[in-house]
Amino acid sequence: MKFLSDKAVDRLRQNVNVPDLSGTRYQLLERVARGGMGVVYAALDEMLDRRVALKVLDVPVADGDLARRLNREARVLARLEHPGIVPVHDVGTLSDGRVFYAMKFVEGQRLDKHIETVTSLPDRLRLFLRICDAVAFAHARGVLHRDLKPANVMVGAFGEVLVMDWGLAKILREQSAAVPEEDPEATILHAPKLIDGPADAAQATQITGQGTVLGTPGYMSPEQASGDIARLDERSDIYSLGALLRFLFTPPATANSNLRWRQDKALEAICAKATENEPANRYASVSDLSADLSRYLDGLPVSAQKESLLDKALRFYRRYTVPILLIAAYLIVRTLILLFFHR
Amino acid sequence: MADDQFPVTRWSVIDAVKSEDSAEQARALDTLFAAYWKPVYKYVRLRWNQPAQDAQDLTQGFFVEALERELLAKYEPAKSRLRTYLRLCVDSFVMNQEKAARRQKRGGNATRVALDFQAAEGELTGATINAASIPSRESLEEFFEKEWVRSLFAIAVEDLRKFCVERVRERTFRIFEDYDLSGDPEISYDRLAAEYAIPVTDVTNALSWARREFRRIALERLRELCGSDEEYRREARAVFGSDAA
Repeated sequence: MKFLSDKAVDRLRQNVNVPDLSGTRYQLLERVARGGMGVVYAALDEMLDRRVALKVLDVPVADGDLARRLNREARVLARLEHPGIVPVHDVGTLSDGRVFYAMKFVEGQRLDKHIETVTSLPDRLRLFLRICDAVAFAHARGVLHRDLKPANVMVGAFGEVLVMDWGLAKILREQSAAVPEEDPEATILHAPKLIDGPADAAQATQITGQGTVLGTPGYMSPEQASGDIARLDERSDIYSLGALLRFLFTPPATANSNLRWRQDKALEAICAKATENEPANRYASVSDLSADLSRYLDGLPVSAQKESLLDKALRFYRRYTVPILLIAAYLIVRTLILLFFHR
Repeated sequence: MADDQFPVTRWSVIDAVKSEDSAEQARALDTLFAAYWKPVYKYVRLRWNQPAQDAQDLTQGFFVEALERELLAKYEPAKSRLRTYLRLCVDSFVMNQEKAARRQKRGGNATRVALDFQAAEGELTGATINAASIPSRESLEEFFEKEWVRSLFAIAVEDLRKFCVERVRERTFRIFEDYDLSGDPEISYDRLAAEYAIPVTDVTNALSWARREFRRIALERLRELCGSDEEYRREARAVFGSDAA
């Protein structure tokens, strides 16, 4: 048997992974990134003469039922027309059996990179609210994302926020009015739960058995982590959003002084409520989470926090800092004048 | 195209070793040995710092014990990858053997499996593997994985060669060998086209076909070496997914 050198193994890996797009309308341009289940390439849609992103899955689909479901799910996801959701243009199968998706090519930065340039906490929170808008829209269409994390959010060149990687999404049966009833399965992809191995980095998307997709450690809800498919609903995504919110308002340890904003009890309370272990204790909907965060931004009390008198006073002070300081300055000056003339 | 297909869907070795059919069982064990003996041998040499002769005995002994103690039948896919399980079994086996060696000569009357240790030793001492660059236990785990991938690919290349011969596509295999296996950075489609006196498009087509078949064969082999669909997909990602540019 022929011995393969390291170079030969690397070259083989590299060359056999390059998707053969012959017979499709796409021309391969370059490799862009690796996702949870496959590799994303930039490609040229030769029919429409536009750049698209092609996500090519790692493993061929040998199971006809799975292929059917993949196509069905792609059709459903294609209906998620929202400015905050990357549209799926096309789905197909390569000659080697690997499934690919063609999506809008988004030029921009991943959220985790982008926020390094966003030093204002309110600006970060407004970004988060736009993510919530997209997720709330999907939920309204009966679709769960199941892998919400900073790496799956892109911020475009003009500040547009796009939630990516809906490849692991699940469609809630009871809400899937747009989905034919004879399609009971909802999961787009099936892949293994990562149990061990150095390649399984913490950022990797983890997936377990049929119909269950585990997200990313740190971002997936407890019920998702335990593979409890039956319990998965919108509140599972809300857990991930809570973790994402915490990521946005927790400056990294190496952050510069501009990022050291004060710890805020109300914001902590919002995160804590969104990431409660028990789904029933979380926000009932993404809209409720957004509403609470909007109230926080407006300096209003949030439903997640039971305020003490001191908290109320502090919040009142923060909301009306300028008028309070102006009034205080006026009163001090007035007092000084009175004291001066009554000598 | 259907004509060109390699035999599909073989049993996983894990299922096959539990089979009543002794031929199926033997085939499964052959498959397992073919994929793992070199990684095991090299791992024993480096991880346990064993001299070549002792490492050969230990490798032989390990596979014999794997047979006798039905280690594969005890493997639980839900708990770990097969290769992780086997590596841990090797560690445990070597530790036990070191203790037993004090009491009796190792490998006494055990059955021996015919393995080409000379080739493995040549690979180990050759320029391709630098033992000094493997300092930690974690690195050794990566080393084991790397050797396992190398072994899997070597088997798949051999399968592809036979597949090409059966379909009278030897030239296609040679082009694939020249371009993808030689490691020659100077090789190009144009040069191959000139060497074989064929148009560049034929080189492109030959490589495209050979790579597709290689990938399929490697995945077939991988499927055999996994205990479950979950493990298969995970391993497929580890084998083909790691930062292929």
